[in-house]
Amino acid sequence: MRQITRQDLMDLAVGAAFLGTGGGGDPYIGRLMVQAAMDEGKTVTILDPSEVPDDALVIPTAMMGAPTVLVEKIPSGDEAVASLRRLEAHLGRKAFATIPIECGGINSTIPLLVGALTGLPVVDADGMGRAFPELQMETFSVLGVRGSPMVVTNEYGDSALIEARDDKFMEWISRGVTIRMGGAAYIAEYSMSGADVKRTAVPNTLSLGIRIGRCLREAKTNHKNPIEALLQMLPDTLYSYGKVIWRGKVIDVRRETKMGWALGFARIEGVDGWKGTMEIQIQNENLIARVDGKVRAIVPDLICIMEAETAEPITTEYLRYGQRVVVVSVAVPPMMRTPEALEVFGPKGFHINEPYTPIEQLT
Amino acid sequence: MRIGIDVGGTNTDAVLMNGLDVLGWRKTPTTPDVSDGIVKVLRNLLSETRVSAADVQAVMIGTTHFTNAIVERRRLVEVAAIRLGLPATRSLPPLTDWPADLASAVGRHRYMLKGGNEFDGREIAPLDELGLRDVAKDIRRKRITAAAISSVFSPVTGDMEKRAAEILAEEVPDIRLSLSHEIGRIGFLERENATVMNACLVDLAFAVVSSFRRALHELKIAAPFFISQNDGTLMAPQHVERYPVLTFASGPTNSMRGAALLAGLKEAMVVDIGGTTSDVGMLMHGFPREAAVSVDIGGVRTNFRMPDVLAVGLGGGSLVRDEGARIGPDSVGYELTSRAMVFGGDTLTTTDIVVAAGLQDIGDRSRVKHLSASLIETALDTMHHMADIAVDRMKTSAEPMPVILVGGGAILVSRGLPSASKVVHPPYSSVANAIGAAVAQVGGEVDRVFAVEGTTRDAVLDVAKREASDRAVAAGADESSVKIVDVEDVPLAYLPGNATRIRVKAVGDLLMR
Repeated sequence: MRQITRQDLMDLAVGAAFLGTGGGGDPYIGRLMVQAAMDEGKTVTILDPSEVPDDALVIPTAMMGAPTVLVEKIPSGDEAVASLRRLEAHLGRKAFATIPIECGGINSTIPLLVGALTGLPVVDADGMGRAFPELQMETFSVLGVRGSPMVVTNEYGDSALIEARDDKFMEWISRGVTIRMGGAAYIAEYSMSGADVKRTAVPNTLSLGIRIGRCLREAKTNHKNPIEALLQMLPDTLYSYGKVIWRGKVIDVRRETKMGWALGFARIEGVDGWKGTMEIQIQNENLIARVDGKVRAIVPDLICIMEAETAEPITTEYLRYGQRVVVVSVAVPPMMRTPEALEVFGPKGFHINEPYTPIEQLT
Repeated sequence: MRIGIDVGGTNTDAVLMNGLDVLGWRKTPTTPDVSDGIVKVLRNLLSETRVSAADVQAVMIGTTHFTNAIVERRRLVEVAAIRLGLPATRSLPPLTDWPADLASAVGRHRYMLKGGNEFDGREIAPLDELGLRDVAKDIRRKRITAAAISSVFSPVTGDMEKRAAEILAEEVPDIRLSLSHEIGRIGFLERENATVMNACLVDLAFAVVSSFRRALHELKIAAPFFISQNDGTLMAPQHVERYPVLTFASGPTNSMRGAALLAGLKEAMVVDIGGTTSDVGMLMHGFPREAAVSVDIGGVRTNFRMPDVLAVGLGGGSLVRDEGARIGPDSVGYELTSRAMVFGGDTLTTTDIVVAAGLQDIGDRSRVKHLSASLIETALDTMHHMADIAVDRMKTSAEPMPVILVGGGAILVSRGLPSASKVVHPPYSSVANAIGAAVAQVGGEVDRVFAVEGTTRDAVLDVAKREASDRAVAAGADESSVKIVDVEDVPLAYLPGNATRIRVKAVGDLLMR
């Protein structure tokens, strides 16, 4: 158990952008909201999963919708707490803690805001181990926790309680509700026991985000290559392997907001001996990187575009023509690479007609 | 022939150029009304080079006036920061994450009202017109003269900001309005920040532009004049009066492009030391490295496309305190030649230190004879340490890199820097900024909604690119030099015909006739 500091928040904003693999929304806004709560004297405590009693009730909280909407339509701040309270009322039980469903992007910070506003601790773990665009793409779901009942709330406090026959249908209905709510809404779902958290969550991913941010920051301060420093740190974590898969200049970015998602692609012309053009397909997150049709990295392994000089992770909404970038790919933990997991959030889950090949085996 | 002018916080520099050749340059202190300094420097320049006003084909002016005003929190007017978006956005009110002193300088007049749009153009809430009229009353009562209006998703539809502007103009007839959809792009907080900063500068903008106009008129220079903006291209003066914020960071862009030209180096660190601040940036392929994500101006986050520059409070007019251990961030600015000790004043500045150390012979050296050797040594150490730390912070690898020193305050650095492979003082370095302004390019921009249905995105982009190039040529660019530098499209899902908002920017060299 420990309290989150301001420096942790700053580091997490960077690390969560990295784990967001282009999506998940800019954690900056989430960080500001948590900071504003801290300015009012509120605190945030994070718990190791082992510190959660087996019979405790844990309710994940999150934002859902298009990141391009979030950077423009900032939340009122009360939405996620309202979803959690409504779900507690429906279940007839109080939550012991909240937990992220997603450690990449802004969703690493929403539970921290909920923790600050309600006093509930936040479990240091999540259900995606990165960012994904759909709510059934959760290790929680793959390992048998049900997403429903779920609550979706907007800035007016309008809310919908959803009971769906499966998590994919829950995603489909809530996505429609979210579009009606303006393309970004705030949710509580996958209520579970402490025992389920220990069995189904990807552990210590909040602290991983903080570590990544700290590693990049310290490398820059000491004039070490931040990307090399990061790649050297990874073997020490559940994310055991990473490498640089491209260097180049962004020559085209195409984006559209369709059905509540940010769809598109980025094309990156190689420099420094990287010959050809890498095309990265995006559905909120970077899903697959190809050069001349050949796959260089594929979901669920992480594909992160970073500014070449400063090693800042660049999220999809900030990708621009002319940027010089480095593309890094990282292996996800074994629990995210099982056949059952790949069925849900491997290439097939995104209708990509390519087999999953671990990044360690791609050249 | 063309003239480049840099109106800095301390000095006004002018250079006369024929192509890439410097024919002459002059420097004079910036005056409270900037036109006096410009008239003086141009009169000297023209008489020295024996060039007649009629032979001048274009005048390019770069100014750090607006950036300095923000950095120093001076000459800013108080702003009513009006946001349309409730009940959304309440968690982070206007001026969130601003430095406390700047937020105070613009008055912390924050108003949040119902309104704003969704991504698809629907209203989050109808504009709260009654609420806005109450805000107007408050503005009148507090005698606020400028307002910034920022509405959620106004880059998709600016109608609500325009309607709010009409109401405010009705209620407060003299108010000067800045509307966010005319200033920034998607990214609400950054756009709102830029809009508030624009609003706090409008009075200054009118004063400065009319001073420029008066100066050129007095010298009978009939050639068109332009003002450089943050991406290194030129803007018409009437545009600057309304959008002074677009000149932010034009100083660093000009001085870095000037430094690259003068030193003949394309990969280097550039330290531009002015009177008030030092701007440190990195040259890559002869152009400033751009900031990737967001840029802090005076501690405020914005999303302009700008060179990545670190400004530190070290300049030729910076105040020296604590026996030399503390320098700046405040500066005597344009009053250097009256307030610095070597000029007969009573304020100890960095310029006094380099004179006392015998490194420069400026003003009256006898006036700084009394300074102790230890104070001089400590102050020199502090100055070099500040420059070194700034270079070190902006470097992206531990590899040594050449450092080009430019600007009138380059005299402050006389030793090597631990972070530099070598320190270069190129010729004309004290007017690099004016040289960069003189070689600035002209841009053409297209920013409007196109229908993609019945054609392809590439075909539509080609049309937009051609239009932007045509506009650059119409604005005075040499057709053979025009290049597309920025392409951005934002699809608008709510409009029929697969509509998309496309923004394309083309730039080229100014054609000399």
